[in-house]
Amino acid sequence: MTWVTFFQQLMNGVSLGSLYALLAIGYTLVYGILGLINFAHGDVFMLGAYFAFFMIAIFMLPWWLGVIVGIVLCAIVGMTIERVAYRPLRDAPRISALITAVGVSFFIENLGLVTVGARPKGFPRPDLMKNVYILAGARIHGVTLWVPIISLAILAVLLFIVYRTKMGMAMRAVAKDMEATRLMGVNVDRVILLTFALGSALAGAGGVMWACKYPQINPLMGVFPGWKAFTAAVVGGIGNVVGAMIGGFIIGVAEIMIAAFFPSLTGYRDAFVFGILIFFLLIKPSGIMGETLKEKV
Amino acid sequence: MEKHRERVLSLENLTIIFGGLVAVNDFSLELYAGDLVGLIGPNGAGKTTVFNMICGQYRPTQGRINFKGREIAGLSPDRITALGIARTFQNIRLFGNLSVLENVLVSFHVSLNQSFLSSMFSLPSYLAEEKRMREKGMQLLDTLGLAHLSQEEAQSLPYGQQRRLEIARALATHPSLLLLDEPAAGMNPQETRELMSFIQRVQDDFDLTILLIEHDMKVVMGICERVAVMDFGVKITEGSPEEIRNNPKVIEAYLGAED
Repeated sequence: MTWVTFFQQLMNGVSLGSLYALLAIGYTLVYGILGLINFAHGDVFMLGAYFAFFMIAIFMLPWWLGVIVGIVLCAIVGMTIERVAYRPLRDAPRISALITAVGVSFFIENLGLVTVGARPKGFPRPDLMKNVYILAGARIHGVTLWVPIISLAILAVLLFIVYRTKMGMAMRAVAKDMEATRLMGVNVDRVILLTFALGSALAGAGGVMWACKYPQINPLMGVFPGWKAFTAAVVGGIGNVVGAMIGGFIIGVAEIMIAAFFPSLTGYRDAFVFGILIFFLLIKPSGIMGETLKEKV
Repeated sequence: MEKHRERVLSLENLTIIFGGLVAVNDFSLELYAGDLVGLIGPNGAGKTTVFNMICGQYRPTQGRINFKGREIAGLSPDRITALGIARTFQNIRLFGNLSVLENVLVSFHVSLNQSFLSSMFSLPSYLAEEKRMREKGMQLLDTLGLAHLSQEEAQSLPYGQQRRLEIARALATHPSLLLLDEPAAGMNPQETRELMSFIQRVQDDFDLTILLIEHDMKVVMGICERVAVMDFGVKITEGSPEEIRNNPKVIEAYLGAED
């Protein structure tokens, strides 16, 4: 393998990984606060692509505006899911919430199949994403170049929100001790709602960029990216924001590299990713950045 | 003397039942502005349960909780905190992974009304407000002698400082009534002495009414003006520290058990 192909594949991996990172953040934020795996997260990702598609193709909004509206709608969907499905189960056993999350996921997927149909739709891409750039001798697609740049910008904003604003501070406080936070006068329900909004907005942005990368969208497009991003969150240490980002890049690069170095194993790339999940669950279940949690009494 | 002071908190016939267990039974207590009242009793007497009801963590099965003329039983804990009641915990419950300053800033939420969306759209005014909050937070830490530790992780502080930070965090909600749950627990005699003068100073500086659960009799007898004694969920007596010390019922239920 030449240096140029390696560089090309690395860019592909980073590009894919940045999308996993965006999606993994949503899993990790919600888990950190509620101890819940939000299985519907991958489907919010799918909705992001569809919302943007409808805004652009049906309502004829300019591309950028359609995307923004799509992302905002995702945030609203995320908050609705929390309010309707998860909040009533806040004090229920964890397994009930988990099963509900699976149910919400199936609900959204099948609602999509019923309303827009299983036939894939072509996602409109802006020229920016279609260009081909020559970088250090390697041919890099517009998507491959811009997706990680935009993702990194979004991740930087997210880190700012989590570590530098009062909302982020409240989120970290709730994650540490929900009841004590409430007793400090914080409206915890609102913090949780905004956490879902934030995670879902990132998923929406991820969905749109995924659709730019693979411009065929269908109601089940969120399933595999969702699982892989979940893997990324576990690898990074679920509950840890920086860990989720690192995990996303590791999974993305690993997935591309296995196909690049061992072309005969390309068909096993999904199995390989989930192999990493199993490996981490066996060897280091707390993940790369995760702390070993003491069970709360 | 107590007649012309404002009544801050009045607990009337509080009862709470968990399953078949009557944890607190027909408990009444009144606090007037500026009071420093102790709540004592053997382990499991129901003291912390009374705190949990005042703060809205538990809803009493029966009885009324009146705070400054307002019925608060059944309100959510964050609403009650916003009205001016703050507490600390028996086992320290700081946000350990947050910095000392951030622990205090979380409590300032009560006084921050800006919503998330408006803060997204008017970044400059948002940043200005954040800066003001940080300054206020530093001021508070300074008053309590914690300013030099502001950037440390809360969980890295020594035990006595963590207790102090819990009080600082409670004060950041601007309470008029402060509930302290065993503030001297686990402290050595030196730390305990410091804590006693600390509590008295804080009470004066912040104009507080304080209700205090404590096992350390030196603390209770040293700083409380009035003491209520609980046993098996019932208030068995109430009076000045001297009266309590000499009350045979108390000696039997509590002090006697120690000797």
